[in-house]
Amino acid sequence: MSSVLYDVPGPAARRRNTLIGVLGTLVIVAILGFVLYRFFAAGQFSPRLWEWILYVNIQYLLLDALLATLSAFAVAAVLSLVFGAVFAGGRLSDHGWIRGPATAVVEFFRAIPLLVLIFILYYGISRGLGIDISAFWALVVGLMLYNGSVLAEVFRSGVRSLPRGQSEAAYALGMRKTQVMTTVLLPQALRAMLPTILSQLVVVLKDTALGFIILYPELLYQARFLGSQTQLGAPILPVALVIAAIYIAMCLLLSGLSKLLERRLSRGPKAGGTAPRDPELQSLVGSGAAQ
Amino acid sequence: MDVLFDNLDLYGVAFLGTIELFVLAGIGSLILGLLIAALRVSPVPALRVFGTLYVNVLRNTPLTLVLFFFAFAYPRLGLVDLSFFALAATGLTLYTAAFVCEVIRSGVNTVPVGQAEASRALGFTFTQTLSQVVLPQAVRAVVPPMTNIQIALLKNTTIAAGFSVVEAGGIYASLSERGYNVLIGLLWVALGFLILVVPLTLLQRRLDARWSVSR
Repeated sequence: MSSVLYDVPGPAARRRNTLIGVLGTLVIVAILGFVLYRFFAAGQFSPRLWEWILYVNIQYLLLDALLATLSAFAVAAVLSLVFGAVFAGGRLSDHGWIRGPATAVVEFFRAIPLLVLIFILYYGISRGLGIDISAFWALVVGLMLYNGSVLAEVFRSGVRSLPRGQSEAAYALGMRKTQVMTTVLLPQALRAMLPTILSQLVVVLKDTALGFIILYPELLYQARFLGSQTQLGAPILPVALVIAAIYIAMCLLLSGLSKLLERRLSRGPKAGGTAPRDPELQSLVGSGAAQ
Repeated sequence: MDVLFDNLDLYGVAFLGTIELFVLAGIGSLILGLLIAALRVSPVPALRVFGTLYVNVLRNTPLTLVLFFFAFAYPRLGLVDLSFFALAATGLTLYTAAFVCEVIRSGVNTVPVGQAEASRALGFTFTQTLSQVVLPQAVRAVVPPMTNIQIALLKNTTIAAGFSVVEAGGIYASLSERGYNVLIGLLWVALGFLILVVPLTLLQRRLDARWSVSR
């Protein structure tokens, strides 16, 4: 296999690669082994610390926490999609007095850390204005404002990456602005953007974990609670590992879905013309995924 | 206005913490990300598998959980005793490195194989191919998204405030102790982040417009 960096290996290179492979594996195994040894030495593998998994009550507790995480995710995902669609429409508007404010809103919420936004909603508004917002809604609205703004940019670049002939042809057929947008541009843009949208939804799922900081009873909150129970032996490390496995499984499922869609769409008949070429978009994908 | 000027000390210390955390984790993640990217593109399958595993695990774990691990579980392991600040910097570095690695890897992959093949045909050595042909082209594809990753890191530092690190995200708690209006205090924090983030965003857009290559 020839790649950009390496030619097809000859006999000497193959020997060297095997040597590096063995040495590298040894180093990695040594690092992992050391971590596991520390776990073991700290008594984290003693059966007592893992007993909690067997308790039915705790299983229900974790199930409830999982549901709390998923319900925050579901509501926030739907709201962000709506918010994104509305503000993408605003940013693409022909009227300056709609485009200006929409741009300002999107840029503002993209530049502010999500946690600060959630704090403003949860602590700021309740203590400053006297309007109480529950932890659930503070989390969901914060997620909606941030991810909705990112999605608005994704939608917008999706529409702008379409060939101009598409809208010109639609106008030539006598369609109205809304018709051009809803029947010609949006369906194609959504198709091209679906993988990006889904990877942004993975970000929403991961960011529901911020609810822990404002004490919304989701997975991490219950993990902290379980981890501090001394009658269980305060199993914070085992609990954290299990919760991490749950999150990774959920996110991998979602990203697996987006990869599957990507493959199906790129095999589709029309995908060639609608593939996003906008450089701004490619950078957007990067910024979205890191949050 | 009063909220800001009465508590200028608080804001100064907190934003300094944010910037320190950002610089430390930024440099750390660039170094670690480069190492892992080297693993991921290496011709040795065992190293590639490890790189892929690292990226997939870290990218699919919420940052809050990574910091949770370092704040609550790490002290139980009886390793080197580190301050919350050092632990938060480590967590942010490990998390961001996964994204840095992916940006570098996809940047290297944007260089067409023919470029390297041509330089090998001309008799360039591996180091020459890398430094004269591949990297100069890859950097153009890497820098704009890398700026984005680092902007995300700057915003992510606030999560460390949730784990008692002195950081701009945590200003509200001290303000509330001192009896000031939390909403206005938080809006100042938001403005502070705007001041930090907007120049970086503008820089990123300029780099993007200037450096994006049409292939």
